[in-house]
Amino acid sequence: MDRPIRVLVAKPGLDGHDRGAKVIARALRDAGMEVIYTGLRQTPEQIVAAAIQEDVDVVAMSILSGAHNHLFPRVVNLLKEEGVDDVLIIGGGVIPEDDIPFLLESGIEAIFTPGTSTKDVIEFIKNNLKR
Amino acid sequence: MNIEERLLKGDKRACARLITMLESNDMEAVEILKRLYKNTGNAYVIGVTGPPGAGKSTLTDKLVKELRKKDKKVGIIAIDPTSPFSGGAILGDRIRMNDLSLDKNVFIRSMGTRGSLGGMSRATWGAVKVLDIFGCDYIFIETVGVGQSEVDIVKTADTVLMVMVPNLGDDIQAIKAGIMEIADVFAINKSDLDGADKTKLEVEMNLDLNENTDYRPPVVKVSAAKNKDIDVLLEKIIEHRRHLEETNKLEERRIRNNKMELLKMVEEDLMSLILDKAVKEDLLERLARDVTLRKTDPYTAKDEILKLVVNE
Repeated sequence: MDRPIRVLVAKPGLDGHDRGAKVIARALRDAGMEVIYTGLRQTPEQIVAAAIQEDVDVVAMSILSGAHNHLFPRVVNLLKEEGVDDVLIIGGGVIPEDDIPFLLESGIEAIFTPGTSTKDVIEFIKNNLKR
Repeated sequence: MNIEERLLKGDKRACARLITMLESNDMEAVEILKRLYKNTGNAYVIGVTGPPGAGKSTLTDKLVKELRKKDKKVGIIAIDPTSPFSGGAILGDRIRMNDLSLDKNVFIRSMGTRGSLGGMSRATWGAVKVLDIFGCDYIFIETVGVGQSEVDIVKTADTVLMVMVPNLGDDIQAIKAGIMEIADVFAINKSDLDGADKTKLEVEMNLDLNENTDYRPPVVKVSAAKNKDIDVLLEKIIEHRRHLEETNKLEERRIRNNKMELLKMVEEDLMSLILDKAVKEDLLERLARDVTLRKTDPYTAKDEILKLVVNE
């Protein structure tokens, strides 16, 4: 691809801080990607609207609050409803091991939990783009 | 339906994809714009510029909400800097505009400067056309936070809004050349801070010295975060538009802007033509070495590079 990879980094739900998301955003920037950062307390609808207008290759979401089983699949479904099928969707944050299979099944293509190296995230994105 | 028809119908995904294609120099997108160029010219373009942290995004958000009360369709192009080292960027202007995301008559697009000086690139000009065809009545271009001499925005906008904040420098800053000269409307944002009156006064004093007497840029104190006097500011912008239209200066200005766009595209294409050849043939490397070793001088070397495209 002869253009920068565009990534929406989004924080759905009611988390109080976005330290982790900012670390990821910075790492992706340093890997040559264009990161659209939308800040805290996004609804799934806002995330999907931003993903469409920004025509991103990747939607990367982070949740610390525990609402991942509800909010992550909601974003996947809304994108589907809009007919968007060429966006890689990944998630991260404080997510229990037991919840991961359900999230993967519902269309999140990777879940990165605390301790993940930013290099792994970058590699995963580069190897799994859909367009 | 193809992307062209979808854009004409106001489809956001088509609009978004076309901008991406233009950003990647996709020739198919250029062909589409050639065909649809006759559909442009309806949107009024407002450039929003000013130093980093002045509140350009927040103010744009509030101005757009004011325009939405008048049922206008609005596009926003928000530009942030691309890293010259990694080529990456953090585009964070949407943070201030989140509740506009869901409005079906607002389209927000973040763009990186991707190496263009002053932040206005061919892709930005292209995106303006796409949003115009998409049906926007107003298009805001929010520049990167500027210093003193990045005046590119004036070559694209119909009205240039300069956002200033109190206490950034003494009154000599206001009379320096550069961005202070390009504004059609001044907003002194964060007007609740001490020093707002002083900043306004300094700008006004500077304007007193202008020779142009048929239009004097208004200076409006606002607070974007507190949503104070945004309607006053919008009215001043619309007054400037009215002034341009009534004095036939809008067309004059657009001719000037188009001239700049044409020149810039020619310049870019010539540069890449020359550089492609010069780099491929190692000419640039060899000449730079010769200049360093005093085997030739930079002026003769420059002519040799120019010979790659000029046959005289």
